[in-house]
Formats: sequence, structure tokens, C-alpha cells
Amino acid sequence: MATSTDNIEQLANQDYKYGFVTDVDAEAVPPGLNEGIIRIISAKKGEPEWLLEWRLKAFRFWQTMTAPQWHNVHFPPVDFQDIIYYSAPKQKPKLESLDDLDPEIKATFDKLGVPIEEQKVMAGVAVDAVFDSVSVATTFKDKLAELGIVFCSFSEAVRDHPELVRKYLGSVVPASDNFYAALNSAVFSDGSFAYIPKGVKCPMELSTYFRINAAQTGQFERTLLVADEGATVSYLEGCTAPMRDENQLHAAVVELVALDDATIKYSTVQNWYPGDKNGKGGIYNFVTKRGKASTNAKITWTQVETGSAITWKYPSCILQGDNSVGEFYSVAVTNNYQQADTGTKMLHLGKNTRSTIISKGISAGKGQNTYRGLVRIGKNAKGARNFSQCDSLLIGDKCGAHTFPYLEVRNTSSQVEHEASTSKIGEDQIFYCRQRGLSTEDAVNMIVNGFCKEVFRELPMEFAVEAQKLLGVSLEGSVG
Amino acid sequence: MLEVTNLHASVAGRGILRGIDLSVKAGEVHAIMGPNGSGKSTLAAVLAGREEYEVTAGSVTYDGRDLLEMEPEERAREGVFLAFQYPVEIPGVNNAYLLKAALNEVRKHRGEPELDAMDFMALVKERMQVLHIDQDLLKRPVNEGFSGGEKKRNEIFQMAVLEPQLAIMDETDSGLDIDALRTVSAGVNAMRSPERATLVVTHYQRLLNYIVPDVVHVLSNGRIVKSGGKDLALELEEKGYGWIEGVAEQVGA
Ligand SMILES: Nc1ncnc2c1ncn2[C@@H]1O[C@H](COP(=O)(O)OP(=O)(O)O)[C@@H](O)[C@H]1O
Ligand SMILES: [Mg+2]
Repeated sequence: MATSTDNIEQLANQDYKYGFVTDVDAEAVPPGLNEGIIRIISAKKGEPEWLLEWRLKAFRFWQTMTAPQWHNVHFPPVDFQDIIYYSAPKQKPKLESLDDLDPEIKATFDKLGVPIEEQKVMAGVAVDAVFDSVSVATTFKDKLAELGIVFCSFSEAVRDHPELVRKYLGSVVPASDNFYAALNSAVFSDGSFAYIPKGVKCPMELSTYFRINAAQTGQFERTLLVADEGATVSYLEGCTAPMRDENQLHAAVVELVALDDATIKYSTVQNWYPGDKNGKGGIYNFVTKRGKASTNAKITWTQVETGSAITWKYPSCILQGDNSVGEFYSVAVTNNYQQADTGTKMLHLGKNTRSTIISKGISAGKGQNTYRGLVRIGKNAKGARNFSQCDSLLIGDKCGAHTFPYLEVRNTSSQVEHEASTSKIGEDQIFYCRQRGLSTEDAVNMIVNGFCKEVFRELPMEFAVEAQKLLGVSLEGSVG
Repeated sequence: MLEVTNLHASVAGRGILRGIDLSVKAGEVHAIMGPNGSGKSTLAAVLAGREEYEVTAGSVTYDGRDLLEMEPEERAREGVFLAFQYPVEIPGVNNAYLLKAALNEVRKHRGEPELDAMDFMALVKERMQVLHIDQDLLKRPVNEGFSGGEKKRNEIFQMAVLEPQLAIMDETDSGLDIDALRTVSAGVNAMRSPERATLVVTHYQRLLNYIVPDVVHVLSNGRIVKSGGKDLALELEEKGYGWIEGVAEQVGA
């Protein structure tokens, strides 16, 4: 186990060196963060003046802030001056063929059923002409462009659609929102941008294309999604294969804007490197995700969080318009020494706003899983309704589950319901399945998937199948 | 088919089975009766491979193989089926889903092709009719919210689909009304064949009117204290378990 992790690190370090030799730009930026660095980042990306100012303002604000301490996760302090905030488009280690790939990762790819050609792209294998990812992407783009849909990298959006970016950037998550959001706003590298025009129903899941691209996204990712009046879009973020990355800290920001009558469905499967079985290494995933829903709009967050050493994220909905709807469906898994503090905020501002929260936490090994959720019903939110259900499933007796539901109701005509449960996968359940011929592993998978059913049901079909398999992989060896 | 020799087993450090000898041939139905706490379920659990029951002495062979060496799932795939006294609830897991997975494990093990959803449903529907089981039972989560009777029926239904070689039924009759008892018995009798054997664990003689055993054993305090034909069950019913305690003392002496 330890050896193969070392191998990967070796491999990564080697190629990293090569990357430095050939890439003069990357050498130019030393570790650490100051206004000079931010100016360099902005200049290298050829950004307009207003965006540089926006970054600087965020940076100045960030300097006045301290990292949050209220969450239920534990880790040594991050040295923010020891991080390199800009390196030219990231050089993934180039492998000659899939045979050079770490067998452990390869095995996981196979278990997840990731097609060979896609494996190559994600692993950074030089792709031959058989699979032309660029042309696949272009085909999608042409089709989307016909409908006026914009879907591109954040940098491209800044270049090609500055008016849209300027109008909506920071409109849901202000730069001053929280420590990590401020940091992201100052130094964000790249990310994705989508705009769906009025009344357009996006004809495909924005997924395949993104999935291929996603393997290249950096440490401080920025995503902005705008669904104009009456538009509908379903967006899939992430990648179900294990992503190893030398970056310890990931601080992304995602903003969703759903204008009147629009619908946004945002699904995430997060499987960053969780660290080894002894809790060494792994990603700190500190993400700010929030959507703002106007009149009659609907925002649905669905997340399956199985990776990262530490997950800290609360995809939230500001239900501003009357009759707007917010939904949060979450599965969070912690195994070995993983820690997750995740949940949502549903802020009911408009009349007759409705929200649903379904959270499924699974803890195995020494994993610690915290649900933290806020439902706030404002003074004017007449007739608002919320239903929350938080279930925890424990595998073994060294793990933990914690639930912190916060409730602020300032309106008497609203209706709020909260249900919670904690259960343990019983020996007797496993034995029952084994007596019917299933292996222990299959039994645990089946029981866990049963537990998560209400959330998986919300995922697009193909993603749901992968999420199920992924859950199995994440919990491997957690029983018996 | 099944040879149990001098089987001793303990749970939580306490000896429960204290020397069981039992020989079941293909085609036979054996009943195991005995008062509460005599070790009937323990015997069933040991045969199925439940890990908290530790075998401290003795041996069990099944089709000439050492059963105790086999993992529980391997026993199941080799045709050992336990209808649980207390079937376990598995929330969120569809009853049909578990059953299909189970059936395909058995088929894979036998080198047969796995059944697809269509063929599986056809098979299942046929078995459901025989056992008068409601279709919607299939779609419900395994045993969750089932009545006592439904749980027992579901066990027999699973058995009918999996067609085990050695079926062990642990108090399947308790909690069944007379109609349910009849349908369940009919289901079990329909499966009787020269290749199969059944171990019927029961507290009451009543079930044995419907599933007529070839041999009846009386278990007391971890030992088989008396074996006989189907009439032994009637005698036991008449004289009560107190009679057996007396016999047990003689055997123990
Ligand atoms: N898991 C267990 N832990 C502790 N004691 C047990 C356990 N299972 C059974 N026993 C004990 O073993 C004895 C036999 O139980 P059991 O086999 O269930 O009897 P029966 O099925 O004949 O009623 C009882 O005294 C019971 O309390
Ligand atoms: Mg019993």
C-alpha cells in the first residue's frame, strides 16, 4: 500500500520536474501570496482591469480574516505562504501507456467501468488519434452554440463574454463571504462557465465534455452557472475516478444563478485522494457552493462525496423569489481517517418557498462524518416549508456520526419538519445476505446502496450507476 | 447428505450444543423439536456458518465435504438454505433485488448463466402464485414493515426460488395462522424430492401434520435425547416437554 503511494509520488515528482524545465512561466511565480502575485496571475491570464481589481479587493479582505475554526474537523494549520498560486496550465504526468499507470488506480478505473479511452485521458496518457477528445468536445459545443448556450472554461468566458461574467461573478458568493471563498476570489485559476439563454432547455447533461476537461482543473476552481428566465440545465461536476493530486488544499467556489422560472440541477461526485489507510496525505476540500433562485425557480444540489481527507462544504440555496424551490441530496462517506463536515443552508426569503434536505452520512473505519445544516425562514417567507431528513449509517465501532441541524424561523405561517436516524450495519444483516449466497463485500454494498437510494435516485442514470460502484470501492475492506 | 457427529458449540463462552449426532439422507425430512432454549436455533446457525457460534468439538460433513470449513456464502451456494426464525430487515434494499442477486450467485456457482430481469420475473411470479404471495411484496424493502407472517412466508418464497438441496427451517410455523401454515406447507411439500433434504425445526407438533417428517428428533439441553418416527411428535405433544426432561436426565446420567 505504502509502496504504491510512494511510486505515485515519485512518478508525479519526476514529471513535475520536467514540467518546470520546459515551462518558463511556471518558474516565474514563487510560493506565497501578495498583491504582486495576484497581479501576475491576472496579467498572465490577460484579464481586464475590473477583474484584477475584483481579485485585489478580495485579497485585501482575505488578509483581515482568519481560517474558520467552528467546523468539526481537525487538521494542522495550512501555511498559505507555502503554496504556489500560479503555474501554467497544469502538466499532468505524461505516461507512455496505461501499463505505466499505478495498478491500484487502474484497478479502480476497471471496477468503475471507465472506458479505456477515457481512462487514458484522465491518467494523462498521450491520446492517439482513435479517440479525439477535442473533436468530441467540439461536436457538443457546436450543438450547444446553435441554441445560444455558452459552455466554456472560466478564462474563455472572461475573454469572450465579459459582460455576463461581470454581471454575475460574486453575485451569489461575494468575495467577502468566508475565508476560503475570499482566497479563491483572489487567486482562482480556472473553472467552468455556462449560460443558458431565456426559455432554452439544455438538451444534454453538461457532463461528458466536462468530465474530460475536469481532469485538468486546478486547485482554486471557479464555476459560474447562469440559467436565464425559464431555462433548464443539468450539470454534472466531477469525476468518478480517483484523482491524485499533489495539491493539499482545494478551495473552489461554485455560484448558481437561476432566474425566474429557471431550473438548475447540479450533481457532484467527488472522489479526490482521501489519504492512505493510516490517514497520511489526502486532499483538503474546502468548497463554497451556493445558488440563488428567483421567482418560481428551482435549484437542486445532489452530491456524492467519497473522497478527500477533509471535506468542508455546504451547497446552499438562497430562495429569494416567491415559490422558489431548493433541494439538497447528499451522500457523504468517510472511511479510514477521513473527515467530512458537510450539509446545506436553505435560506427562505420569498413567499411559499419550499426546501427539501436529504442527507445520508456513512462512516466506516475511523471516519468522522458531520451533517451541519441551517434552515432559515425569514420574516416575509409566508407559507414557507422545509423537510429535512438526516440519516447516519455506521460501519464498525471506531467511526462517528454527528448531526447539527440549525433552525431559525421568523415566520409563524411556515412549516418545518426534521427527521434524523442513526443505524449500524448489523452483523445479522450481513449474515442474512451471506446465507443467501452473497459475499460480505456485496452484502455491504447492497445495504449501503439501499441506504443511499433516495439520493442516488436524484442522480442522472449513468452517474448513479458509477456512484454506486464508487461507494463500493470507497468502503472496500471496511468490514470483516 | 448431512452427517453431524458429536457436535459441540458455544456462544459467548457458554457451551450450548453438547454432542449432537444427526444423519440426514437425501430425500428425507427430519423434524427437530425441543423446548425453548434447548439449542435448536444454535444448531441451525452452526450449520449455516454464523461466526459467533464457535464449534468446540465434532464435525459436520455435507455431501462428503467438511461443511465447517466453508464460508457461509459458499454453503449457501452449495445449496444450504436457512429459513430464519427472525428474518432480518434491510431498509432500502428491494426484496426482488436481493433475491435476484442471491439466485444469480447460486447459478454462477453452478456454472449456469445468470438470469436477466425478464426470466427472473417469470420464475418469481410462478413461485409467488403457489405460495399465495402478493406481488407488491417483491417491491418492498427486505422484511421491512412485514408482518410476522409475511416475513415467514417471504423466507419460504426465497427458498422456493433458490431451490436448495438442504433446507433448514427454523420455527417457520410460529406466527402463522392456519391458512398460512397450509400454504407454506404446500410450498415445502412441493419441493420434496429424492435429491433434497429438509430439517424442520419446530416447537409444536402442529406443523408436522402438514409436513410429515421421516424422522423426529427431540433436542434438550444441547443434546438429541430421543429420535423416532412421526409418531414421536404426537407422543411429545401429548406428554409435554416435561416428559423429555426426564428422558434427558436418564441420557445425561
Ligand atoms: N448469541 C447468543 N448469545 C448468548 N446466548 C445465546 C445466543 N444465542 C443463543 N444463546 C443461548 O443459547 C441457548 C439456546 O438458544 P437457542 O439455540 O436459540 O434455543 P432454541 O432455538 O431451541 O429456543 C439459550 O440459552 C440462549 O439464551
Ligand atoms: Mg429458536
